[in-house]
Formats: sequence, C-alpha cells, structure tokens
Amino acid sequence: MAIPLNRQVLDMKPSGIRKYFDVIQGMEGAISLGVGEPDFDTPWHIRDEGIYALEKGRTHYTSNAGLMELKEEICAYMKRTQSVSYVPEDVFVTVGGSEAIDLCMRAMLNPGDEVLIPQPSYVSYEPCVVWAQGKAVIIELKEEHDFRLQPEQLLEKITDKTRVLVLPYPNNPTGAIMEQKDLEPIAKICVEKDIYVLSDEIYAELTYEGKHVSIASLPGMKERTVIASGFSKAFAMTGWRLGYAVGPAEIVEQMLKVHQYAIMCAPTMSQYAGIEALRNGEADVAGMREEFNRRRRFLLHAFEEMGLPCFTPYGAFYVFPCIKQFGMSSDAFAMKLLEEEKLALVPGTAFGDCGEGFLRISYAYSLDNLKRAMERLQRFIGKL
Amino acid sequence: MKLRQEILNVLEKNARTPMQELAVLLNATEEAVEKEVQAMEEEGIICGYHTIINREAANDDKVSALIEVRVTPQRGMGFDSIAERIYKFPEVDSVYLMSGAYDLMVILTCKNMQEVANFVSMKLSTLDSVLSTATHFIMKRYKDHGTVLAKRYEDTRELISP
Repeated sequence: MAIPLNRQVLDMKPSGIRKYFDVIQGMEGAISLGVGEPDFDTPWHIRDEGIYALEKGRTHYTSNAGLMELKEEICAYMKRTQSVSYVPEDVFVTVGGSEAIDLCMRAMLNPGDEVLIPQPSYVSYEPCVVWAQGKAVIIELKEEHDFRLQPEQLLEKITDKTRVLVLPYPNNPTGAIMEQKDLEPIAKICVEKDIYVLSDEIYAELTYEGKHVSIASLPGMKERTVIASGFSKAFAMTGWRLGYAVGPAEIVEQMLKVHQYAIMCAPTMSQYAGIEALRNGEADVAGMREEFNRRRRFLLHAFEEMGLPCFTPYGAFYVFPCIKQFGMSSDAFAMKLLEEEKLALVPGTAFGDCGEGFLRISYAYSLDNLKRAMERLQRFIGKL
Repeated sequence: MKLRQEILNVLEKNARTPMQELAVLLNATEEAVEKEVQAMEEEGIICGYHTIINREAANDDKVSALIEVRVTPQRGMGFDSIAERIYKFPEVDSVYLMSGAYDLMVILTCKNMQEVANFVSMKLSTLDSVLSTATHFIMKRYKDHGTVLAKRYEDTRELISP
C-alpha cells in the first residue's frame, strides 16, 4: 500500500525560496537581504509584559477567541486608525496573520468558488484557496500601475463563480500600497458584483509618506471585508505568533469554529504582550517606521545611482527593482548574484509568475548592512 | 516631522553620518541639511559630537565617580554659580541639578581613585557653599548614551523567509 498522502498537498509546489536557503546556509561571509521580518527586537516593555505573564502563571488556554481585553484593544485600534467601529464579537485572535488567511478561505469557500488573487503577493494565498477547495484566479499586477490593482483588471476576471477578492496591501513583495482613490473604484465593483474581500493588512503600520487606508472604511465595505492582520510587522513580534481577524460576525463565527478545532487558542503569554503593544506601543512603531523610511530612501537612491530602475514603493519593507535590462530570469540573476557576490535576494517569481524580471529586496536590515549589500550589487551589475 | 527633528534623530544615533547621506535618508537637499545642522550648532541645539568608548575594552584604567553634592544656594544666583564653579574643573564630565535628597550630581573621570579622593577633599568639599558630598565609584558600564557596551548585535533570524 502506498503511504497515505493527499493529492492536493503533494501537487503543491514548495516555496521558491527554499533552494536559496540551502545555498546560503554554510556560505562564509554572505549577506542576505532576503528576510521577511523586522530586524528590530520586540520593544522591551512588550517583552516585559510577556515575561510578567509567564511569571504570574498565565500559562493556560484562553477562550478560543482570545482574551476579551485584547479583542477590545483591537476594536479600539481599528476605531483609532480607520474610524471603523467593531465590537469584540467581530474579532478573534489568531496564531499570526497567516492563520487568519487560511481560516478565512476555509470558512468562506465552497468547492469551485473562485478567489481573485493579485500577484506578485505573499506565497500563502494560493495554497490556502486550493486547500479550501476553491479556485485561485490570478490577477497580474503591473509595474506601470505601481503594482496597484486596477478596476479594469478586476472586472476582467470576475465570473459568476467569483466570491472573494484578496487585497494584499501594503504589499509583500513589491512594497506597493493602495490609496483611498485607488480603493474607491475597487470597492464599488465589490458592492455591485457582491464580492467579499480578504484584506491582508499585516503591513498597515509600515506605510510611508501617508497613512494606510483599509478598504473596510469605505461605504458598504465593512460588511463584506475580513481583515487579516497581526502584531508581527508593526511591533516586530514575528516569533510571538500573534495575529487577528476582524470582519462580519457571521463569517468570524465560522472561522472561529475552525480555529477552535485546529488551534484552540493563540499563545496566552503572547496575547498579554499584545495588549501592551496596542496600549503603549505607538511610539515604538513610529520610531521603527521612521528608520525603515530612511532605509527605503537610501535604497531607492542607490538604485538610481547604479542605473537599476525601481518604482517608488510606499509600504512594507521591500523594494522591487526591475532587472529586465540584463536579459536574465529573476531566478538566474538571484542565483548568480548569490554565487558570485554572496548576496542573497529573493527573485520576484517566488511571489507569482508575473514577478519575473524583478527582485525582492528587504530593508529590514541595518543601514551599514544595506550599504555593504549595495556595493556588492553594484559590482555585480557592472560585470554583466 | 520637521527636518530639524529628523536630523537630530539620525545624528543622535550616529554623529558621523555624512551630510550627503543625511540628505538621501531624509529626502532633502544636501544644502538644506547642511544649513540646518550649522544653524543648530550656532543656536546651541547641537552642542557637540562625542565618541562612546568602552574603556574596559580599550584597557583604559581611568576611574569614574558619581558624587552627590549638597550645597547652599546663593542669593540671586540660585545654584547656577556654584554649578559653574564645579563644572569648570576639566575632570568633571557632567553636572546636573537634582530634585530630592541632594542638589547637584557631579560625574567625573580621573586617572585613579587617589585623584578622585583628592578632587573631593581638596577642591569640592572646600568650596564655601558645599555642605556635604557622597562619592560613588562606577564599577561597570553596561549602557551609555543609549548604547549597550561590549555586546555586538547578532542577527539570529533565518537567512531567507517569505
């Protein structure tokens, strides 16, 4: 008898970044700009709250949906930043924003339902849709639109089976954002065509030269939007595995059911730390955002100096330069760069086929690190 | 945020940031940044650029002491004139006026303990308005001016992640 393995899982191709990981492992003197998490440690007062929770013996389960205090803080946060009013029944606490994405698909989709996924974007949307028996329909975002979703692109892909649109902004890997003026026509279409939205707002706090706008804040959208977000990027809390979902109570209730059977509850000490983060972490976020912004400007300037075209991103901590002029695939470029200059980047294709011709460069690194990396990149380009 | 504040935020962490780089980081012209820095130097907003030295690592066996000083304030001058008499000694690094059980906190660095003792007994205590002193030697510096000494930052993240 064959080993019991699920066909859909077997057929899913593994993440495109794995092989870089294998090459860079054990490479002496390599620099990586390939990381998708902040370089800052979690602010001390937040860590201290986690430690205190452990000391007090807060080592048991919480209710499935998470601590009431934390849910109330999340509601207050949504009110404060997006002027959208939620009640604790609309919220529950997850193991990272990624769990919220998974649960959202599982709770909303029936076999054959279509989900629109703009790409390049985070790697997990497509697998989550497939495993929830849905059909992933890719919308290829274009550099000429600054990787913002265009209403015509959306209309083109809508069929009578379309149920959900994934809105991944601020975007990993491009750093693109959607401003209110970009969201308005999208929202209008969603209302008209009765499409629901999963808005992945994990990078919301990392928006530069302006504030993040959630599509849930637009007319008619709160009742058809599930927001997946969390503490990882805003408060540099990736290892705490703490996120949340906010949305219509009818959907959240079903997501919570899956969460209850699969997970029980998010880590208790992390939840206590999360309360502290939302209550007293605003200054930390502002400080980190300012630092990220300086690095963003530094990289864009460095690209300009070396003649590497790159659209101006205003979010997350990634830049997405175009390497089409060198006539190599992203994958070949990234691998050669790693072998010759020991500089690791992630090829745009790791985030969808339309990432071909681009590289994702993370600036979750110190300025000194970025400077050394840019010297290597410039030298490499000079040789091509 | 105003350019001035942004400049201070960068220089406070790294005083050696070149003007050209500062301009790139803050999305301003080099001239504008230079002008602001110069103006802040003239206005006494930027008062100096110092290096944080880990003396232990530099094998420097100078000693530092923190002295609590109680003084009688002077009519018309408050604490300013006595503070000035103290801070003019070159071995004095810092002088702060404090609330609480004593008035001035004096931090000084000397070649050895003997020199500190001499300073306190010969120079400080003999000042007319000084009522009493309490000297504490600094045994180890863990963090100075927001910088943790001796511990290098280590990146423990996975090398590549989505």
